[in-house]
Amino acid sequence: MSEATDTSGPVLAADGTPLKRSLARALRRQKLRALGLVAPLLLFVLVTFIAPIADMLFRSVENDIVADTLPRTVVALKDWRYDGGEIPDEPVFAALYADLAVAVEKKEHTRLGSRLNYETTGTSSLFRKTGRRVDDIGEHFQDQLEGLDDAWKNPETIAAIFAADPTAERYRPRDGVAAMLPRASAAYAKFAAFTESEGDVAAEEKPWELIYAELYADLTAGQGAPYEGPEAALVRAAVAAVPGFEPLSFKEAFIEVDDGWESVEIWGTIKAYSPRYTPGYFLNAVDMQLTPEGIERQDEGQRIYGLLFKRTLFMSLAITISCILLAYPVAWILANLPMRTANLLMILVLLPFWTSLLVRTSAWKVLLQQQGVINDIIVWLGLGKFMVWVENAWNWFGTTVGFIDPAMLVDFASNEGRLTMINNQFGTIVAMTHILLPFMILPMYSVMQTIPPTYMRAAKSLGATNWTAFWRVYFPQSVPGIGAGSILVFILAIGYYITPELVGGTTGTFISNRIAYHISSSLNWGLAAALGAILLAAVLLLYWAYDKIVGIDNVKLG
Amino acid sequence: MNDVTLTHPGQKPIWFAAGVVGLAGAFAGLFVGAANGNGLAGLLIGAVAMAVIAAVAVLLGRKLELPLRLAIAAAAVVLGYLLGGIPGLIIGAAFGAFFGWFIYWIGWGRYRAKLVPYLTPAQVFWHYGFRVLCGCIFFFLVAPIVVVMPLSFNAEDFFTFTPEMLALDPAGYSLKHYRDFFTNSDWQQALMNSVKIAPLATLLSVTFGTLAAIGLSSEHVPFRRAMMAVLISPMIVPLIISAAGMYFFYSRIGLQGTYFGVVLAHAALGIPFVIITVTATLVGFDRSLTRAAANMGADPVRTFFKVQMPLILPGVISGALFAFITSFDEVVVVLFVGSAGQKTLPWQMFIGLREQISPTILAVATILVALSIALLTTLELLRRRSERLRGMSPG
Repeated sequence: MSEATDTSGPVLAADGTPLKRSLARALRRQKLRALGLVAPLLLFVLVTFIAPIADMLFRSVENDIVADTLPRTVVALKDWRYDGGEIPDEPVFAALYADLAVAVEKKEHTRLGSRLNYETTGTSSLFRKTGRRVDDIGEHFQDQLEGLDDAWKNPETIAAIFAADPTAERYRPRDGVAAMLPRASAAYAKFAAFTESEGDVAAEEKPWELIYAELYADLTAGQGAPYEGPEAALVRAAVAAVPGFEPLSFKEAFIEVDDGWESVEIWGTIKAYSPRYTPGYFLNAVDMQLTPEGIERQDEGQRIYGLLFKRTLFMSLAITISCILLAYPVAWILANLPMRTANLLMILVLLPFWTSLLVRTSAWKVLLQQQGVINDIIVWLGLGKFMVWVENAWNWFGTTVGFIDPAMLVDFASNEGRLTMINNQFGTIVAMTHILLPFMILPMYSVMQTIPPTYMRAAKSLGATNWTAFWRVYFPQSVPGIGAGSILVFILAIGYYITPELVGGTTGTFISNRIAYHISSSLNWGLAAALGAILLAAVLLLYWAYDKIVGIDNVKLG
Repeated sequence: MNDVTLTHPGQKPIWFAAGVVGLAGAFAGLFVGAANGNGLAGLLIGAVAMAVIAAVAVLLGRKLELPLRLAIAAAAVVLGYLLGGIPGLIIGAAFGAFFGWFIYWIGWGRYRAKLVPYLTPAQVFWHYGFRVLCGCIFFFLVAPIVVVMPLSFNAEDFFTFTPEMLALDPAGYSLKHYRDFFTNSDWQQALMNSVKIAPLATLLSVTFGTLAAIGLSSEHVPFRRAMMAVLISPMIVPLIISAAGMYFFYSRIGLQGTYFGVVLAHAALGIPFVIITVTATLVGFDRSLTRAAANMGADPVRTFFKVQMPLILPGVISGALFAFITSFDEVVVVLFVGSAGQKTLPWQMFIGLREQISPTILAVATILVALSIALLTTLELLRRRSERLRGMSPG
């Protein structure tokens, strides 16, 4: 055979190319076509879904705000050490003034203040207060320059010194001014950029006090080339006069505004959070904190996330277990009844599955609340007194045996025996068990359908009791269904938001409710992102397990 | 070696019938008694009365079954009417009919008629006990949804049954919550928004999703698993995380708070459902059909629309229904990605539930349940059609 093909050469396709190559080309074309069909959707999902998730993960470590708002301070702080126990020296305060003066004009200092306030309380008010009075520091220099010559008050004079064309709409630096007055021209450039972004012209606006302070610094330092250009007489007069100016210590000025600047804690926090990426949010999310001294545990009273994660896990587990217990008999009976009856009963499972989540949640709210349907029935049946009796008996028993703290008696039947079933963990577990039950029944049912009923009969005819036949023969075969359903329900439960928010009160809420709170109320987006990232990691782990056990291709709906 | 007792349907001893029926009578009597102010008395009276009736019925024999059952029903109707008026009459009729049937079912062992004769009494008890248990779980599944419906016709602004409603008094019922839903501008605006957002999101996810599903089901596509994992991920990732990410990212690119942003977000959430249903349909699709079409000279586009599309249409439509209901029922993402201008129906319900404003929510809920029943029916019909097309017997 092989000799025959060897002698006759490669097999050729109709167009004369070797068949092998022709087939390979056809295969490649097919692959490309399949990829071409998937590509638009893949792109769509990447942009609308994967990119947002990536953005969230990025935000959980991103910490640009300190380095962006206080760029020079961050550089000046490089050599300062928190362990020294001393607050930084004059140069750092000078840099802080230069940064804060800009930040206050742009109104960014309050955002920075609230950001650092998550780490050290009091920072927010410190930045707010300093922001209101930071102008006074610059005015110290402005007043002295203006006292020298009234021309310094005129925005056009200032513009003439720094801008190439003072009458132009857009600012362009004058050649050489950066060498002569390096700091002042940098400050003016920032001022011009900011005024233009507001839609104004720099030459017509009152210059920032910062420009005068920086001008003073440039003139006293005497660095750079001697000044040449417009208003030369004015500048030279100032050069002659500055040595006689009253000096100012930025350090003392800041401490006078707010003695918070004397605190080593504040400076330590600024330094600890000056890198552009921080583990701080993740540490907060696991009840730790990045302090100037290093990583520490949160104070006892502020450790809430560990508790919340534990509660989320516990409640998801409770929901999953109650779903297993309720779903197993139903799935069994659906799989063993005649097809026609089973299909009819299946409607009872699919109806809640298809009903709006909010409808089901509102139904549970109607049923469970104090003046709700179930409590009305309890009172109507005269069981109210019985409930109060049960509560008292339980509390008596608990305090006698010692597992209930007398100060924290159970109180579930306070109002004429009406049970408190909503706005607590019970309400969340019941409502979510109901909502997620179809997700357990459907996978269990599809597995149980494939178990031949003859196996049970065979086991029984071999002498097994009903229980042995079930436990040793039927149950092991139904385990994949339980596994698939449990992972699905657990994944869905762990990230649930709406139902706990509506029926969970304060004790029945999940980590997702905290994430929502940080996004919309406390505006601590970084912490929300870090909590979300941890939750996402947990879910992806479960998703991976689900894929291993069930396979994502085998997910069935309805 | 083991002694199997065969039990056939047949007359049971009097004490057995009287005992079991008396127990049921006690249970029913508890409710009747509670409704009339004394549960304990009702329990005792019910137990004794039903036990005596059952004993009499068994003694009188099977010939008098029909007249006796009618007599029991009539007595229950009269008793119900005397105790509770019109609603009592209806409940009485139901009780009477049930007990008439139950006495003979127990008394003559009819419960064994459909079971294999070698079962022990304990096994028979377990058989029916298990069915009652399943019945309770089905009740748990459906009752909350069913309870909402009559409550939506409440004439008062309560979330519970009023005495007038229980007395079946027409004054206790009204359509005012429905009227409120159809006239209140908040609700109408929310409905409009939902109706504007969901179809466009569905269209987007169905178009992209169907194409991708066809691509994914081809035999030679590389990285199939990885791509599938990415495409299914919107269904797996918790909604709050999707919502947070979309909120951050869409505000960066200026889509946050816009109609288009919400549509894109909802389309992304609907895609996994389309992928799953359409790939499931494509598994049963016979590829030789497209080859046959190509053989006869049809170009790929024509083949798609004339051969493939009609066959996978049921899958596409059910995917579209899933995508539609996902968007129509979605709250979390729209809460974050949308602004007040995109307030959808579920969002309005969410606010209503959180702030407890009006039972109009129940009217909306009832309308939505009706909608989901319609969807469910459509899906079931589609499933049958799809199986018929593939030559399987609809089951």
